[in-house]
Amino acid sequence: MAKIIVEVMLKPEILDPQGQAVGNALPRLGFTFATSVRQGKRFEIEMVGQPTDAQMADIHKAAETLLSNPVIETYLIKVEN
Amino acid sequence: MKIGVVTFPGSLDDRDALRAIEMAGGQGVSLWHGSDNLKEVQAVILPGGFSYGDYLRCGAIARFAPIMSSIIIAAEHGFPVLGICNGFQVLAEAHLLPGALTRNHELHFLCKDQPLRIENNNTMWTSGFQMNQEVIIPLKNGEGSYQCDDATLNILESEGRVVARYLGQDPNGSRNLIAGITNERGNVVGLMPHPEHAVETLTGPSEDGLPFFTSILHQLVGR
Repeated sequence: MAKIIVEVMLKPEILDPQGQAVGNALPRLGFTFATSVRQGKRFEIEMVGQPTDAQMADIHKAAETLLSNPVIETYLIKVEN
Repeated sequence: MKIGVVTFPGSLDDRDALRAIEMAGGQGVSLWHGSDNLKEVQAVILPGGFSYGDYLRCGAIARFAPIMSSIIIAAEHGFPVLGICNGFQVLAEAHLLPGALTRNHELHFLCKDQPLRIENNNTMWTSGFQMNQEVIIPLKNGEGSYQCDDATLNILESEGRVVARYLGQDPNGSRNLIAGITNERGNVVGLMPHPEHAVETLTGPSEDGLPFFTSILHQLVGR
């Protein structure tokens, strides 16, 4: 069984007020290490067996049509066993 | 003149939109997200609300509803579509309008009477306004910040496709204070504020929203 990980992040030029709010909260809690925070999404998709090339192409298609909006976001696909 | 209003799971303002159509003198027709039947309507409004709970991204799941496949094909051939709030988000996700709507810059859900300037009165939905007319229409959303890349912004501005712009204090961090835009042809309009909540003074801050509904009826009669 394989697990497909799709990570979706806002493009760097898109304002991320959620990430900023988290970034502002960190120093209030005494965590002073962060210079910036960006918040994204992670999808874990399970499938039977290892993905074939055709299935990988479908995964990319799903990532760019549904899981992310290419206008404002980028995605990264990883396969875990 | 029949104008359809789509109900998605989680739509909130479909009834107000239907009522606004009737007040403008049209016939409102309820359309269901799960059917691809447009019931011979001559224009469609995608209403406000939280379709599919706004899960994933606002409008991202609604964009793939059966009714949307009919609307997308029709809109590409000049069929008039107005997306209000969540409807605007659906139109952006469907790529019928450029850009995307993201979280308000101060993260708060807003609900206020918003001053706007109507900057394009050549669309099928805004022809009843005076050019640069200033209006007050309720704005209520959590993800109303209009974002797009520089190239798209330049095109929208240079082609006069910004339909409405926020006046006064920036409510949500939208690029160039954009509150609404149109496609190249002027048949598809997306608007963050809610004109259907400003059609009578008993329930709204003004009657400034009514021209969106009378405009389309006049345009359809004139065809």
